[in-house]
Amino acid sequence: MKGFAVRGKLEYIKKQGKKAFIPYIMAGDPSLDETAKRLKLLHEAGADLIELGVPFTDPLADGPTIQRAAERALNSGTTLRKIISFLHDFKGSIDTPIILMTYLNPVFCYGIEKFFHDASEANVAGVIFPDLTVEESDSYRDFAKAYGIDTIFLVAPTSTPQRVKKVVRSSTGFVYYVSITGITGTELRLESTFNEHINFVKSFGKPVCVGFGVSTPQEAKYVAKFADGVIVGSAIVKIFHEAPERAYEFIKSLREAV
Amino acid sequence: MGKKRGYFGEYGGCFVPETLMPALEELERAFQRAKRDKNFNAEFESLLKDYVGRPTPLYFARRLTEHLGGAKIYLKREDLAHTGAHKINNALGQALLASRLMKKQRIIAETGAGQHGVATATGAALAGLSCDIYMGTEDIRRQKLNVFRMNLLGARVIPVDTGSKTLKDAINEALRDWTTNVRTTHYVLGTVFGPHPYPLLVRYFQSVIGREAKKQIIQKEGKLPEVLIACVGGGSNSIGLFSAFLDDKDVKMIGVEAGGKGIDTGLHAARFAGGAKGIFQGCLSYVLENKDGNILQTHSVSAGLDYASVGPEHAYLKDTGRVTYTYATDEEALQSFELLSRLEGIIPALESAHAVALAVKIAPKMPKDSVVIVNLSGRGDKDVQEVARIKGISL
Ligand SMILES: Cc1ncc(COP(=O)(O)O)c(C=O)c1O
Repeated sequence: MKGFAVRGKLEYIKKQGKKAFIPYIMAGDPSLDETAKRLKLLHEAGADLIELGVPFTDPLADGPTIQRAAERALNSGTTLRKIISFLHDFKGSIDTPIILMTYLNPVFCYGIEKFFHDASEANVAGVIFPDLTVEESDSYRDFAKAYGIDTIFLVAPTSTPQRVKKVVRSSTGFVYYVSITGITGTELRLESTFNEHINFVKSFGKPVCVGFGVSTPQEAKYVAKFADGVIVGSAIVKIFHEAPERAYEFIKSLREAV
Repeated sequence: MGKKRGYFGEYGGCFVPETLMPALEELERAFQRAKRDKNFNAEFESLLKDYVGRPTPLYFARRLTEHLGGAKIYLKREDLAHTGAHKINNALGQALLASRLMKKQRIIAETGAGQHGVATATGAALAGLSCDIYMGTEDIRRQKLNVFRMNLLGARVIPVDTGSKTLKDAINEALRDWTTNVRTTHYVLGTVFGPHPYPLLVRYFQSVIGREAKKQIIQKEGKLPEVLIACVGGGSNSIGLFSAFLDDKDVKMIGVEAGGKGIDTGLHAARFAGGAKGIFQGCLSYVLENKDGNILQTHSVSAGLDYASVGPEHAYLKDTGRVTYTYATDEEALQSFELLSRLEGIIPALESAHAVALAVKIAPKMPKDSVVIVNLSGRGDKDVQEVARIKGISL
């Protein structure tokens, strides 16, 4: 399958001999008004794609930084419904494709088809569901395809060759290579088999982007050598929260490192 | 079982980060092997007998029966199992599986009431594994005695201070730990919940309760019981009891959830009375959630029933009507806690007191020759301090 806007953007970047820079922020942290400003800032700092987190009460794949961001967002009343309507209004403000990252239950409660329909109307380019295994993904992928939204599945260092094949096959946007065996925000310590494993994932010909634990320009630069793109989450969430005045500069330095 | 692997009708499945999937596949293979492995089963059964003290008695509660003036009430005495609750059956089974068939060096677990933590720490000590237990700080407060027991048994208790500081948050942390250490660590999930194959695996180890009860009641009464009652947290003691009787159409089964301060107060953990379908912590089942899919806080006087979701097989049994689900409030559980203590000299766990509370309600309306089995899932030693606190008595 060729894929939609996410895949298109990655192929465009690749043709120019570049690597994609994909920052992550949490929608509604601390408010959706602020999210609009941050999305524009990320665009100006040179983001190729943006991952937008949907807050959830029990984010079991995330470390403390993103957990706390989700709490702040929930406290400000942010819901999937509001995020989609926010994106609807935001449409056209920036041309960077937006990928929604959400745990499954908000989508399940929203209604799976309705979610893909509304997300597509709001210009959502791709989706990542950290707790959706490829085995359970049939209906989600069918709707994603019907509404022109890219699906992005995760490969972990523990994934066996058979599982890698299934994950790659199910991903239309890119394959999200989780750099570490662990949760978001953990210190980046690549396993000795990282090289070999990511090359195996790349051998199927789909774009592969790496995330989890990348927090400095040096790390981003290193990881970019192996991947088509680099995803930075916790470090960006953290700087926006703790020192927003330095965020632009920091994001720019990541962009340049990639 | 539904047609799809790991499903009970539309419930169940496997919804976890990819990092864990290879471990769940490994666990499923080990489980399939364990079921067929004569040595494994022989060792497990011999431990159940000589270490756990099985079979646990099926006790005729004469004074309670006379007091209620209706059906004959039998108590399945899981409170007499080693460490004081049914949790030991599953924890030992999984500790054996981890050390013998999967060659893991470390096990982790979550615990609410502390009984599963104590049981897992016990299994770890017996199998020579290192052991960390995640527990919400609210539950640590309520179950101090069990925290001390876990420490004595050589386990580390890791406090969890996020969210509601209870069982669901402990499960999140255990899953995060497992995601990080999955190569060396086995996660001993404490109930018939979570991603496939846990609901089936835990059911397998707990089914001994129902098999024994069936044999025992036939010996004592020469017939099957009219009604089975068990409390439902995640649902393991109840599935353990019910599983042997599911095909016996005339046996009525009732699962009792935590009604807390009442359903309309929102302070409860009655998923079937107040919840909806949702995907949470690894499976699709009934969940206490808001319309946006976020998980609601729960409340119960008993830490072991204080959980936002329920095992997927129960969701299926509810929809098919095979099992009826109701709830008992904190107040009713506390009354039954005292009633059973005074009438029978048995202090039940607050969890089990929910099941007793329902017997108190229905037995008087039943004929005198009818038989009710109540699963006494655990003993109440762990709850004595908390009950004293609620009653305003300082110990
Ligand atoms: C004594 C006792 N009964 C019941 C439960 C509830 O769990 P389940 O529904 O899995 O039996 C617990 C859980 O901690 C418990 O300790």
